[in-house]
Amino acid sequence: MTEAADRQMRLAAGGLALLLVTGFLGGAFATLLGVGGEAPPLRALASDPYLRGVVGFTLLQASLSALLSVAGAVPLALALHRTRFPGRFLVLRIFLLPQALPVLVGALAIVTVWGRNGIVSDILAATGLPRLDLYGLPGILIAHVFFNLPLAARLMTARLDEVPAESWKLAAQLGLPPLSLFRIVEWPALRLAIPAAVSLVFMLCVTSFTLVLVLGGGPGATTLEVEIYQALHFDFDPPRAIALALAQIGLTAAVLAISLMLGGAPTGGFTLGAQARRYDRGTGLSRLLDGGVLLLALLFILSPFAAILIDGLRADLMRLAVDPVLGRAALTSLAVGLAAATLSLVLALSILMATTRLRRPSSRRRSAAKRIRRLLASAGDIAAGLVLVVPPIVVGAGWFLALRGVADVFAIAPLLVVATNAVMALPFLLHIVGPPLAAADRRNDRLARSLGLTGFARLRHVEWPEIRSPVGLGFAFAMALSLGDLGAIALFGSQDFITLPFLLYERMGSYRTRDAAGLALILGLICLALMVLAERGLRRPEPSR
Amino acid sequence: MRIAPLVRFALAGAALALAGPATAAEGSKPVLTVYTYESFVPEWGPGPKIETAFEAECGCDLQFVGLEDGVAILNRLKLEGASTKADVVLGLTTDLVPEAKATGFFADSGVDLKPLTIPGGYADPVFVPYDYSYLAFVYDTETVKNPPRSLDDLVEGDPNEKIAIEDARTSTPGLGLLLWMKSVYGDEADEKWERLSRRILTVTPGWSEAYGLFTKGEVPIVLSYTTSPAYHMIEEKTERYQAAAFTEGHYLQIEVAGRLNSADHPALAQRFLQFMLTPQAQDVIPTTNWSLPAARTASSLPEAFSKLVKVETPLSIDPETVARNRRAWTQEWLTAVGK
Amino acid sequence: MNRPFLHLDAVRFRYDELDMRFDFAVAAGEWLAVIGPSGAGKSTLLDIVAGFLHPDSGRIVIGGIDRTTAPPAERPVSFVFQENNLFAHLTAAENVALGLSPSLRLSADQKRAVDAALAAVGLSGFDRRRPAELSGGERQRVALARAFLRERPLLLLDEPFAALGPALRQEMLQLLKRLRAERTGGPATILMVTHHPEDARGFADRVAFVENGQLIAIGPTDAVLSPGRDPHIDAYLGQSAEGSRHL
Repeated sequence: MTEAADRQMRLAAGGLALLLVTGFLGGAFATLLGVGGEAPPLRALASDPYLRGVVGFTLLQASLSALLSVAGAVPLALALHRTRFPGRFLVLRIFLLPQALPVLVGALAIVTVWGRNGIVSDILAATGLPRLDLYGLPGILIAHVFFNLPLAARLMTARLDEVPAESWKLAAQLGLPPLSLFRIVEWPALRLAIPAAVSLVFMLCVTSFTLVLVLGGGPGATTLEVEIYQALHFDFDPPRAIALALAQIGLTAAVLAISLMLGGAPTGGFTLGAQARRYDRGTGLSRLLDGGVLLLALLFILSPFAAILIDGLRADLMRLAVDPVLGRAALTSLAVGLAAATLSLVLALSILMATTRLRRPSSRRRSAAKRIRRLLASAGDIAAGLVLVVPPIVVGAGWFLALRGVADVFAIAPLLVVATNAVMALPFLLHIVGPPLAAADRRNDRLARSLGLTGFARLRHVEWPEIRSPVGLGFAFAMALSLGDLGAIALFGSQDFITLPFLLYERMGSYRTRDAAGLALILGLICLALMVLAERGLRRPEPSR
Repeated sequence: MRIAPLVRFALAGAALALAGPATAAEGSKPVLTVYTYESFVPEWGPGPKIETAFEAECGCDLQFVGLEDGVAILNRLKLEGASTKADVVLGLTTDLVPEAKATGFFADSGVDLKPLTIPGGYADPVFVPYDYSYLAFVYDTETVKNPPRSLDDLVEGDPNEKIAIEDARTSTPGLGLLLWMKSVYGDEADEKWERLSRRILTVTPGWSEAYGLFTKGEVPIVLSYTTSPAYHMIEEKTERYQAAAFTEGHYLQIEVAGRLNSADHPALAQRFLQFMLTPQAQDVIPTTNWSLPAARTASSLPEAFSKLVKVETPLSIDPETVARNRRAWTQEWLTAVGK
Repeated sequence: MNRPFLHLDAVRFRYDELDMRFDFAVAAGEWLAVIGPSGAGKSTLLDIVAGFLHPDSGRIVIGGIDRTTAPPAERPVSFVFQENNLFAHLTAAENVALGLSPSLRLSADQKRAVDAALAAVGLSGFDRRRPAELSGGERQRVALARAFLRERPLLLLDEPFAALGPALRQEMLQLLKRLRAERTGGPATILMVTHHPEDARGFADRVAFVENGQLIAIGPTDAVLSPGRDPHIDAYLGQSAEGSRHL
């Protein structure tokens, strides 16, 4: 294969993957539109004062959630990176768990800690202070920060891990005090992760539904996603649902575009949290501060998990564990998760191969052309991220309509669930695998080209060894996302297609809260085990000196 | 290079996931497919017992498909259209009947409704009620010493004693409360909602979230059903949770089943609907679906049911009126509560 | 030998399979080149001296004081790496100034010292450039400027010019030689890891040959590098005892 052919192949694969994703999402919209038979009433919606209020609230809570999560993630990432403590490995895995948690489980866990009769309120009441009033914007923000601050912190520690070893050595030798170290080494690295973290968290919070309703204290706290659900679920009004979904996507894109102009390209990734070797010891004060930040942040993040654990242990776990329904649901969940994660990974790698090829510096081109190609690549990143704000219920309903005539609906259901989950995990995979792939490409491109390595040989010998660890992390994360997902399943339930979250909600829905708590614990443990396994199993062997 | 085993594993997983539904067919017996809500299907729900009993006499294979709730069932029908596999739908509330009829998917039941013992009676050529329940506010006797005795009590009660309700836009009991308030207060409903909103801790998207908050002890009063305490008395042996009896009466929620035009086995579908009204089937309902039987049962109800709130005045609004006004009333509710 | 300035006293350090043992001294003002195959433990040796790694046993004595447990900043040592010596978002002048003040708040005297240091490495007028706007050789000059500005008596160099062409490398070595000689308080002591025997030949006083974590030979450059002295060294240099007769 020639180099030109390799380039063609990569661009074609990436293009095909993008086409599949956009076709999958766009096809759903088109089908729903066709059934509705009328144009989406965009103009009418725009002039509805109630909806304008909903839009305002949606953007307000998402912006505040994103800013708070990221603001909290900065000191946490720093403290995590500076401090070694036992259990750090496990803590970093747990940081990805909130994303994999069924939202209702997370919401109830937060209530256990922060609610009127929660632990914090009990402590306050014992000291004569008033109990907390969780419900309203504060509750929504606390929940969103719980779900997203750990994610943002991992994006940032990843950047700190990329600081060259020499910088830490130099800093130690120059005796940089903590403030100078922050200004000269840490902040410049962290700063790079902030646009990515803000935009990711923003998108995740825009579509918040259950959390906003449960903790919002009343229907005044309503997001567009709630309206979309209502439009499609209760009113079965596809044109309205589509108009609302388009508004949600458009508004998010606009906000992201603005932040892009202000803050730079939203590229950022995770790493495995390999401990960078640092030599600074900090001062007594700085160590105290870091310790305090760590203690507070870990209390904040781990306390809802502790609530889930304690609640779960109260359940009759033995009975649950031997229940054949649980075994079947776990297998179905794992199968769906595996399939979704694999599909997502294939899509992500195809897209990334193409975008790294587009970003690859070439000296021959004029800078204008270069800039256009970079812009194209960044636009691709944003577009991929926007997948997060496409309501799964719209996608599911659209494809259901499209395929009902040509295939068995019970057979379609698992396929649609897998496809929807795969597409929803795509932005995370791009974040996780993208940066290391780009770095590998920068390092090895010239060598690979000089050796005439192309196609799969190149993939296998050049890219794969460098990205296998992030691929493992991404794969586990995508699986966990899919394991905890109910959104796509709810629409397609069938007698033989029962997943773990479905089982959990089923029990919640018929007074069996204790069983549900046990299931939540089991689900959480499976996700954690997956993360640990994937990260351990695919970690690159340490190069020996 | 470990990608190959990874892919093989994933493909095997996908195959497994897809193989599940394919194993459904069982011999050459006719299959009767029933769409219902998800809590009907599990081993503790009515589904398995109804299935065993009906299959013993029908020579058929009864299959339940559990969906989120009544609204989801109807949506699923709309999505599937003529290609639906459902022969019977079980689990719509009467509020949904006009909308269900408007789809034109349903055939006359051909079922004799004489056995019905539903308060106020029920007559409809298409749908067959199989159980009913009354909305009620369930409270925790350990924290609520003076439970409200009327809707008025509830509305005017201590704002610091919080209640959790469900959203009228996204849930059946939420819409039910809206109708309850409407049927008691008429045009004054929005003012009463404003008063009530002082007591509302939060408005959840569905019953599960609200009831979860309640059993967690986060909120002492929750919108549920008069039959909810029966579950706690029978399954958990506790009388801690009780429903408050309201002097104005309680809103009646009737669950119905119907058969589809497109049913592959219309006669079998009719037979199933009729079966749901037999004492044998009605026996199953109270302690599995935690609702009240729509017709005579073979054996008397468990003792716990005699301790439940006896509703003297069932309240309801004609489904056609509900269908016409739902949007406007929901908007009114949003404005009153959303402040 | 003059009085030793650096003394590795029975230092032992295990890393994976490699069991490293170092026991040697470097005199004040001496320039010792460390050569040997990749993975022999040369960089580890420098990291141990700088305090980035701690020996399992043995002592590190620098300037007559036991520094075995001293943190890097408290050792009279400056380090120049092969790359990444500069912080990418600081200017050349700021990178040099870090050697004087971590907070980058400089007195007028200190500013003049920074300018002088840049001038000494031939980079007058480059003060406002950032690392990305400098060539590889220029970046290493900035690093040398900072190292000498810090006035630490012991300089550790880890293949500092490996990425530069032969002519430029010679030029940089000359610069290093001059800076070292001009240092107030006597010439700096240098420990320089290199792959190139010719770096050692013209400049180093002695050469140490490290293989497999052990110091195999140490002595005057010509003696250690001369063919036929040690088969390991011959193998490393690609020379044979036989071939030496023709030289």
